[in-house]
Amino acid sequence: MVSDNVPQDVGRAPRSQQRQTVAPPQNLESLGARVLCTIDGKEVRVPVGTTILAAARELGIRIPTLCNHDDLCVAGVCRVCVVEVEGQRTLQAACAYPVTQPTKVWTHTRKVRQARRHIIDLLLADHYGECYACSRNNNCELQSLAKEYGVDFFRFGHPEKPRYEIDRSSHSVVRDMNKCVLCRRCIRTCIDLQEVGVLEAIHRGHDTKVATFLDKPLAQVVCINCGQCINRCPTGALRANDPTDDVWAAIDDPTKHVVMQTAPSPRAAIGECFGQPAGKAFTFELNTALRHCGFDKVFDTNFTADLTIIEEGTELIIRLYKALVQKDKSVALPQFTSCSPGWVKYIEHFYPQYLPNVSSAKSPQQMFGALIKTYYAKLQGIDPKNIVSVALMPCSAKKFECNRPEMCDSGYKDVDYGLTTRELGKMISEAGIDLPAMPKSDFDDVFGTATGSGVIFGATGGVMESALRCVIELVTGKKVENFYEHAEILPVRGFEGVRYVEIPITAVGPVPDLVKHLVPDWNWLKGATLKVGVCHGTANAKKVMEDIKAGGKFSECHFIEFMACPGGCLGGGGQPIPTTPAIRAARAKAIYSEDRAYTVRKSHENPVIQHIYKEFLTDGPCGHVSHKLLHTHYTARGKYIP
Amino acid sequence: MKAAHQGPLTFAKVQADTGLKTALNKTRAEVIAEISASGLKGRGGAGFPTGVKWNLAAAARADQKYVVCNADEGEPGTFKDRVILLEHADLVLAGMTIGGYAIGATKGILYLRGEYAYLRPHLEDALARRRQQGLLGPGITGTKGFQFDIEMRMGSGAYVCGEETALIESLEGHRGEPRNRPPFPVDTGFFRQPTIVNNVETLAWVTCILAKGAEWFKGFGTDKSAGLKLFSVSGDCARPGVYEFPLGITVTALLKEVGGEGAKAVQIGGASGHCVPASQFGRKIAFEDVSTGGSIIIFGPQRDMLAIAHNFLDFFVEESCGQCTPCRMGNVKLREGVELLEQGKCSMAYLRELCALGETMQLASKCGLGQSSPNAFLSIVSNFKDEIMGRTAAGSSVR
Repeated sequence: MVSDNVPQDVGRAPRSQQRQTVAPPQNLESLGARVLCTIDGKEVRVPVGTTILAAARELGIRIPTLCNHDDLCVAGVCRVCVVEVEGQRTLQAACAYPVTQPTKVWTHTRKVRQARRHIIDLLLADHYGECYACSRNNNCELQSLAKEYGVDFFRFGHPEKPRYEIDRSSHSVVRDMNKCVLCRRCIRTCIDLQEVGVLEAIHRGHDTKVATFLDKPLAQVVCINCGQCINRCPTGALRANDPTDDVWAAIDDPTKHVVMQTAPSPRAAIGECFGQPAGKAFTFELNTALRHCGFDKVFDTNFTADLTIIEEGTELIIRLYKALVQKDKSVALPQFTSCSPGWVKYIEHFYPQYLPNVSSAKSPQQMFGALIKTYYAKLQGIDPKNIVSVALMPCSAKKFECNRPEMCDSGYKDVDYGLTTRELGKMISEAGIDLPAMPKSDFDDVFGTATGSGVIFGATGGVMESALRCVIELVTGKKVENFYEHAEILPVRGFEGVRYVEIPITAVGPVPDLVKHLVPDWNWLKGATLKVGVCHGTANAKKVMEDIKAGGKFSECHFIEFMACPGGCLGGGGQPIPTTPAIRAARAKAIYSEDRAYTVRKSHENPVIQHIYKEFLTDGPCGHVSHKLLHTHYTARGKYIP
Repeated sequence: MKAAHQGPLTFAKVQADTGLKTALNKTRAEVIAEISASGLKGRGGAGFPTGVKWNLAAAARADQKYVVCNADEGEPGTFKDRVILLEHADLVLAGMTIGGYAIGATKGILYLRGEYAYLRPHLEDALARRRQQGLLGPGITGTKGFQFDIEMRMGSGAYVCGEETALIESLEGHRGEPRNRPPFPVDTGFFRQPTIVNNVETLAWVTCILAKGAEWFKGFGTDKSAGLKLFSVSGDCARPGVYEFPLGITVTALLKEVGGEGAKAVQIGGASGHCVPASQFGRKIAFEDVSTGGSIIIFGPQRDMLAIAHNFLDFFVEESCGQCTPCRMGNVKLREGVELLEQGKCSMAYLRELCALGETMQLASKCGLGQSSPNAFLSIVSNFKDEIMGRTAAGSSVR
């Protein structure tokens, strides 16, 4: 029996940080049984092995925590949650102490209060920096604890000098170890949750610090830039590389035409930066706010999400046709999605031999970037060198992506700046705007219309669902609603880490104009079963990749969606802090309800998409122009970085 | 009382094979009952009853169990395990085998302190010899169905790896850091299997107890602290060395044996132990009074108690694993406090605050290291307040 908030599968976690099996085998009879836990005189019966912390939450008793996080396995290192347990000589960490027999607990005795106060004082004695000059001011767990425990002076002093140089090497993540309180959430995130394993504690005692391999700069190790560590850092020790000053400078520069594209996930979460509960999208209020800030045009990334579906879908059809009809053995299948830049960097480092499987289609952000400085510039008669292209993304890895040297296909840097949800929230506040109170306004035309398919890109399974909506209609010639109620392909939805779905193709229709130049007919797909996979979080991606390597069922898939972050983009490293499974579920709900509100919900039905293939990308999906602007290549990085 | 300089240790008079054969002629339950009856408690310092530990591990259901010998003798001032391993390795290896038989383990691991690497060839030879003699490997001493073998593993110099869960982490190839307890190693130990971790000396006594009987062992010591114990005696005395005394010996009696009369204080239990002042030399060295893993450091009248506190805190600042806040930061703050005392700049109010911090460290640290790290500081502050207060910046007393 384990407590609910501990992940079941902890991969290569340090043993001390792994899930605890607490039911002694001789008590097998007691498995499933409940035990009495009395906390501050209140009684609750909990399943054997429940932690004191979980039992207290059930009773509505608050025990402060710092190193504990709902997404991560138990550490028990900060000791802030210590409580008095009857019969125990020492205080026990509530987050790590399993209730296996009737237990009496006191949460705020003199000993407990003194210990907590001392622990907070000790943390502050080693925490360099001032709260008012910190990106996490007012959203810092250490600050909250200090307030909660009435800290009004530094009992054990406060550092006057920084100990470590700030690591700004990465385009995505800035590490300021002077603010680190060694809760090791980032380590557990990187090793256990994401199974990337970039961060680990080095040295001992007071010299202990969180470090990369050989303490190299973050840019020189296998960091995938997912930013999940940022989302779980209780202090300002980890933050995203913030380009807002540059964006403001561009806005202030009258010669610059500053355009913004917004992705669906930040829109579903940015309200959280303004005190709104998770699960409410502010898409159209945001449009107004962005114009108030001074952005010249506001576009919807969903438009290029639709374009991604067309390009990636076409690429899949080409691969399948070559492999199944032309019997071309060199075709790499299954095809992997490429819209998650964290995933792309992950596969470049960890499975470079599978790069041919990754769709060459760029991510929606980069497709938009390339179109803005070509198609849009021409259309508006603006010199592309005067366009500053900004992207609002839920993601820290997007910052790295837009700085990839290959992402300059327009002749300029396709996307100049990637902003996270948090950074834009800050810009909006700085402009004196209360986002929730803003009137609604639409996106600017040109790319104005998008479909619901683009919106659901934000949730795990969304890219797959969009692709399937498209492929099913293109191949069968029938409305997807004939197969799935409201065009909602539920089997690919949900939060299970890895999903495998089979879609039988019973009938085929005529080949639509869009792809006529690529395949003569669909007969070769008749009676076939389309096998697809969906996974989110690189730990799950690893499972799928290992399955493919071993020739398991995922090796027989045709198409697999990979998202680097747990929950997909809505759980991205640029999203508001904190993040929990409940918050992510609420954001997903917002995204799916936004999808339902769209009248056009399939990418290929988007009239602007149809238009752009007529006017600009004249040789069709995966044609010459689209290959130049909308497709890219990858770098086999491997794990050994010189 | 048999001190080393007066004659051989009890260990020299016990045949390891006798103990092992006696054990294998008993049932597993009988072996554990014998150990329980002897009242043997862990000789590493914590003093957990060995019989209870074995019983828990024996009752745990698992395909694989382990016996680990903790030979990471890292406590400052202790060196008796080194002597045992050098001169009586067979007793220890037989004790591990008995433990394996008792709990149903087939694998033993001897975790040897990194600094004792020079003992490794000697111990490997002993293991090879025992395998040849049929005392390790399949079918030990002709018994059907009982097989047991021992592997050696080296520590790498971290003091915290003497803490049993950190030791297990280290064995598994991880950073040596203590785990959360519960679950305990007897339930979830090496590679999550039931594991008993016993000190070198404990295992040697196990063999002796099986050879000579629980009653013989209980004939020594006190009610709550049965048996004999080895002591590593160092510091300001005429005859430092390894001694064997029954538990319950008073500090005065011990000092007399080793030529340490006139001492100002005795550090009992190493850096993590207690500093006993001369006024309390009537106290007993036993689990119920001042307990120890065997380290006795004698301080003569010329010693500066503040310098001693400073030295111990240097040790803990260096050796804290850095995992939990009270130990990682608390020792730094205590050491800073000692530095203030040395300069005569520590106020009484701040000293009280530091003592309260010491209490927090004892109560809230994750493992035994952190919990015991302020002991020396606290006992020096409470017993030598006059000596440590009122210094001048030059470091001497103003009085």
